[in-house]
Amino acid sequence: PQIWYALPLIVVVSLVYGATRHENLREIFAHSLRNAIWCVGFMAIIFLI
Amino acid sequence: MPEIVYPQESGEPVVVDLQDPYWAAFLAWVWPGAGHFYQRRFAKGLLFMICILSTYFFGLGIGQGRVVYASFKPGNLRWQFVCQLGVGAPALPAIIQSMKTKKGGDPYWILCERFPADYSNPSLAFHKITPENNNDYTGETIKDGFMAPPGGMNKPRARSRVQTDTLGRWHFEGKHYFEMGTLFTVIAGLLNLLAVYDAFCGPAIITPAQREMLESKKKKKNKKKKKTD
Repeated sequence: PQIWYALPLIVVVSLVYGATRHENLREIFAHSLRNAIWCVGFMAIIFLI
Repeated sequence: MPEIVYPQESGEPVVVDLQDPYWAAFLAWVWPGAGHFYQRRFAKGLLFMICILSTYFFGLGIGQGRVVYASFKPGNLRWQFVCQLGVGAPALPAIIQSMKTKKGGDPYWILCERFPADYSNPSLAFHKITPENNNDYTGETIKDGFMAPPGGMNKPRARSRVQTDTLGRWHFEGKHYFEMGTLFTVIAGLLNLLAVYDAFCGPAIITPAQREMLESKKKKKNKKKKKTD
């Protein structure tokens, strides 16, 4: 149940981080999508547990 | 009016006009996205505003307005507030509440009242006063305020008599929402610092020249590794 709280945080953090690395929206969304996928992937791998 | 030009591998270079970066950074701190609006970077300003404020207010909401408070007393050091303050004006009511309650005053915007630490029935100390348990109690009460520090925390003798205090009750009544609300508001505050940086310095875009330099460094490292092998 706690994981559901992590998902919106991953989206928001990815978007804001992407926005500090690019100026146009298309690049921001592409970068943040890539970050979010990496993050969710790592979480999925850890959840080895 | 500093203007930063980021050359691109293909197409037009990206030009960012930072206007007055100090003023923009201050505005970006006061209200997430405001600094970018001032620089006429409306899309990014809106993105920062939606992301940061929705995170902050969601956290404040699930924490029932209690997770953002300023208290730096020994025994109740709210270090998280330093991070939450990064969000700017939305966190400032906590400072007003802290100043109001510093010398024993009641907070503004009272959410509920609690039995005091020295209440005749120790098992009800610090509990919320409800129509079912109030027994026509008319004495002094502890008042929970919106974004106010927990009250009744400065009576050590009474605290030793009962095994809880207001902050303990907040955690108990809020279940995991208190921690989650704290986490969301802290992250919102820290994210706004990234937005402030972006308003002050512009985006950290890697230009083709920088990318080339990084790649040449990588190649040199790999060559050194091969030589040592």
